[in-house]
This record gives sequence, C-alpha cells and structure tokens, in this order.
Amino acid sequence: MVEPRPLHRRRSIRLWLGAAWIALLFFAAVFAGALSPHDRLAQDLMLQTLPPAWLPGAEPGYYLGTDSLGRDILSRIIYATRPALIVAIVASTAACLFGSLLGLVAGFFGGWADRIISRLVDIWMAFPPVLLSILLVAVLGPALSSVIIAIAVIDWTRFCRVVRAEAMQQRRMDYVDSAKVAGYGTLRIMAREVLPNVLPAIVVLFSLEMGIAVIVEAILSFVNLSISTDDPTWGSMIAEGRGIVHQAWWVLVFPLTCLFLTVLAFSQFGEGLKERFDPVMR
Amino acid sequence: MRLSALIIRLISLVVTFFGVAVVVFVLVRVAPGDPIAMMIGPGASPQDIADLRALYGLDKSIPLQFLIWLGHVVRGDFGTSISLRESVTEVVFGRLPATLELAFLALAIAVVIGGFMAILAARWRGTATEAGVDLFNGIALSVPDFLWGLTFILLFGVAIPIFDISGRVTPTLELPFVTNFFLIESIVRLRFDLTLDLLGHMLMPAMALALPLAAVISQILKTSLKEVMHQDYALIARTKGFSETYVLLHEALRNAVTPSLTVIGVQFTFLIGGTVIVERLFSYEGLGNLAIDAVINRDLPLIQGIVLLFAVIFVGVNLAVDLCYVALNPKLRHG
Repeated sequence: MVEPRPLHRRRSIRLWLGAAWIALLFFAAVFAGALSPHDRLAQDLMLQTLPPAWLPGAEPGYYLGTDSLGRDILSRIIYATRPALIVAIVASTAACLFGSLLGLVAGFFGGWADRIISRLVDIWMAFPPVLLSILLVAVLGPALSSVIIAIAVIDWTRFCRVVRAEAMQQRRMDYVDSAKVAGYGTLRIMAREVLPNVLPAIVVLFSLEMGIAVIVEAILSFVNLSISTDDPTWGSMIAEGRGIVHQAWWVLVFPLTCLFLTVLAFSQFGEGLKERFDPVMR
Repeated sequence: MRLSALIIRLISLVVTFFGVAVVVFVLVRVAPGDPIAMMIGPGASPQDIADLRALYGLDKSIPLQFLIWLGHVVRGDFGTSISLRESVTEVVFGRLPATLELAFLALAIAVVIGGFMAILAARWRGTATEAGVDLFNGIALSVPDFLWGLTFILLFGVAIPIFDISGRVTPTLELPFVTNFFLIESIVRLRFDLTLDLLGHMLMPAMALALPLAAVISQILKTSLKEVMHQDYALIARTKGFSETYVLLHEALRNAVTPSLTVIGVQFTFLIGGTVIVERLFSYEGLGNLAIDAVINRDLPLIQGIVLLFAVIFVGVNLAVDLCYVALNPKLRHG
C-alpha cells in the first residue's frame, strides 16, 4: 500500500464522518425503544402540530414537536431508522449478489452469455427506475419485503455493468492464463482469482447502493406504497409534512434532514472507500 | 458509424422495445387487484362484470392479450384508459408536452450551471475556486432530485416564499393556448406575463432535476478542459499572446465538449426518469404524475402506454447522442 499522504488524510475525514453517522443510525435502530421519549404511535389530539422545543407554544418533552395527529416526531424519526436500515442492507445485498454474479459471468465468459446479459441490462435501463419500482410494489402489494424486492430487481444492473467491465479486464491479465495453465477449473479461477480483484469495486458500489436504497424506500413511502401507514418511515413522515408544510414546517424538516444526512453519509463513505482503494482500482 | 453498425444498433433498439413491452405487459397482468372491480359500483351483476371484461379484452389468455395489444400498439393504438375512459394515446400525448418542457428546462439549467462551474474551475485550476467547485459537485451529485425538490419547497416555498410549489400554472389564469406546450406557446404569443407565471411554477422542480446533472457536466467538462489546456495548440495560442481565458473559451471549450456529450446523454435519461417523482412532489401535471395515478388506479392500458413512451424517449435520447457524437467526431464518421 502507498503511504498515506496528507491528501489521503483530508479525504479520510469524510470516510469517518460518514461512518460515524451510519453508526449512529445503527445505534438508534437497535436501542429505539430506550431512546424514544414517547410512544411512536400514540396519538393525542390535544397535542396536534406542536412546534419544536425552542419555539413559543412548545410542550416540554416534545423536543422536535408533533405531527398533525399529535405524535412525537423525535420518537418517530428514531423508530424509522429500522425500516431504512433493513431496506438498505437487505436490498443492497440482494442487488449486489445477483448483479455481481451476472456481471462476473458476462465479463468472464463473454460470447453469448455476455450478449444475453447485456441485452437484459439494456432493457432494464430503458425503464424509468422510479416508475418501475412503484409498479413493482403495486404488483407485490405494499410491504417492506416488496420494497426490498423492487429495489433488488431494479438496481442489480448497477453491479452487473461495473463487475462485467472489471471482469473483462481481469480476464485478459496474465495471472488468469497462468491459472489456466496450472490446470485450475473455470469456477475456481473466477472465485479465487478474479473475484478478489473485482471486490474493491463491489464494496464501493455497495455503499453507494445503500444510500440509493434508503432514498427509494423514502420515495415509495412518500407515494404511500411502503409499510403499513401507522409505523413511521422517513418517507411517510415527509409525505405528511409536504401536505402541511405551510402550517407546520417542522413536520417536514426533521425527517428530511435525517434522510439528507443519511444519503450524504453513505455516498461519502463510499467515495472515501473508493479513494482508499485507489491504488488497487487504478 | 458505418451503415452496418447503424443497422445493428437499430435492430438492438427493436429488441429492447420488445423486451420492455413484454416485461411491462406481464408485470401489470400478474398484479393483484381487479381493475374492473375498481371501476364499477357495488350493484353490478356478474354478467355486467363479464361484459366489461370482454370489452377490455381481459377475458382472453395473457399471451393472446399480448399479441392483440402489440398489434394495436404497432398501429399507434394503446387502447382506452380504464380510469379516465379516454384514448390512452390522447391522454399520454396531452401530458407529454408538460414533461418535455420541464425536462428540457432542467437540461438547459444544468448545462448553464455545469458549464459555468467547469469553466470557472478550469480557469482557476488548483486554487480555492476549483476546490469550491469540487465541493459543489460532490454534494449535488450524491443528493438525488427528490431531496433537492423537498429542500427547495422548504427554502423557496415556505422560508422565503418566492416561488409556487404546486401545479404547472396558476389555475385562475385564463389560458389562450391551443397546444399543451404552454411555455413555448406563451413565448411565441408574446404573453410574457404567462411565461413568468409558468416559470414561477417550473423553476423549482426544474432546479431539483438539474442539480445532479449540473454536477456531472461540471465534473466531466472540467476534467476534459484541464486536459485540453495542456495540448500543444493551447500552448501555441498562449505563446501567441492570447489570454488564458481567451484560449479556454475559444480553443479548449470546443474540443472538450465532445467527450462530455455521451455522459450527458445517459445522465439526461436519468433526469427524465426523475420527473416521475419530482412532478409528484410539485403536483405538476405531467406524464410522471399521471403514471403514479395510473399505478394507484390499476389502469393497465394507461400504465403500459406511459412506460412504453418513457422507454421510447430513453432509447431515443441515447440514439440522438450517438448520432451527435458521430457528427461531431470526423474520425468516427469516416471510420
């Protein structure tokens, strides 16, 4: 590895800032019960659209105010980290496994396998992704599992394209020929020789994909197609806030800020990783 | 691109369209939820339901339905919308101009902002200006249009309410338009009061769509500008006494644009895909907003029509970019 230069150290900051925010989210998701000051579902019509604690008219204990049904916004934001992280991890893993596998096959074997898989990617890229995800969730029925399936079904092409290109390059390298001469089987060469060299690219994409998955989940809950309406997600909170933005801006601001920081954190973490891997990734 | 390459490209386009048509057709057919049940009242007899099914062709097998539908599509007939009870072709082409105007306004904004940023960073490369542009690119790229839209709603719709955040035009205005290209027609008719009102509604969603694309343009153009500025002819122009800014704008820019073009084309299709949710966010009456309604209402013919139209636009943009690339690059033209 190259000695870390000052440039790298500066760039590392965003890697660590991203990691810190993601760690905070995991902490909030695991200890949501202990961290939330109120019941995330408790409605109180006496406490409708209370402003956050530092504004006049606030109620003590409701730090970020309440929504139009009198539910505590802070507690709902904390609980909403759960669906967000579940979708981010599971959907990205599924998209990554499926896409990388197809990309590896297309890139390593070439020929007809490559032609069919590339055509499939072309067809997929001709769909507007948001519309396709909405359509898929409508087909599967609104549920967290549908959201996960929809994201995986749409975003495998991201992994497929990158891994295909990388695998194609690796295939031409001398070490693959030496492995063939040494009598190793194709499967072994792919898994033991090519895959480790493609892995840095996959890891970076995976981190970026988690941010995308969080956004897609938010978009789907925004159009009311994610989990059941009572349990909070950032997207459904944003949808409510958008509706009453002129009366109670805080209902929109806080979940939006969380989503914003989460997306930035995943992308900065991914970019930071990319720079770490840079000597490896050319 | 040689003729044979062009023909292969066109054939692969047809295959892509066919694939999209199959995927969308199967998807909406396996969807649970009966579109017929959603359109008739509770008092309908089983006979009524069966009649309606027959009317929309839903009583036949899925492969047969597909063949019949494909036959109509080839002739430009996308069937009748179940929820709106109008011809899908008419409904879709009625909404398309709104989306096109929004997308191209966003593209124009992205080119202006991205181009300006790239020139700024290339002119003062290695300084704080370039670092600032890089920071802008980093943030604008990693935050998607959906979040920019919400941010703009808060900033310029609520905190400093200078823009309209709902709809395409103020509903109380009387519109003299005969086409659905409101923005273009208001300019042609010299009704600049209407142009202003339209822009007041379109600017926020267009900005939300434009920012990520602006960052891409800025990044790529900057890189290729910096490369070009090291070439011999830029050096010669400089030794002849032309200023750095002059060389950048008159010599480098023209040569740096071509490599950016392909990427901009692909990114523009992402922008068009983004109109779906951004239109929803701003209650803008375009194709994307209509598409979400169609999914919610299980309006099968309408969904198919819209998705297919999006696919045509996507592939059309890519083809247009390829052709531009060839036209601008003599090496490829005679290759």
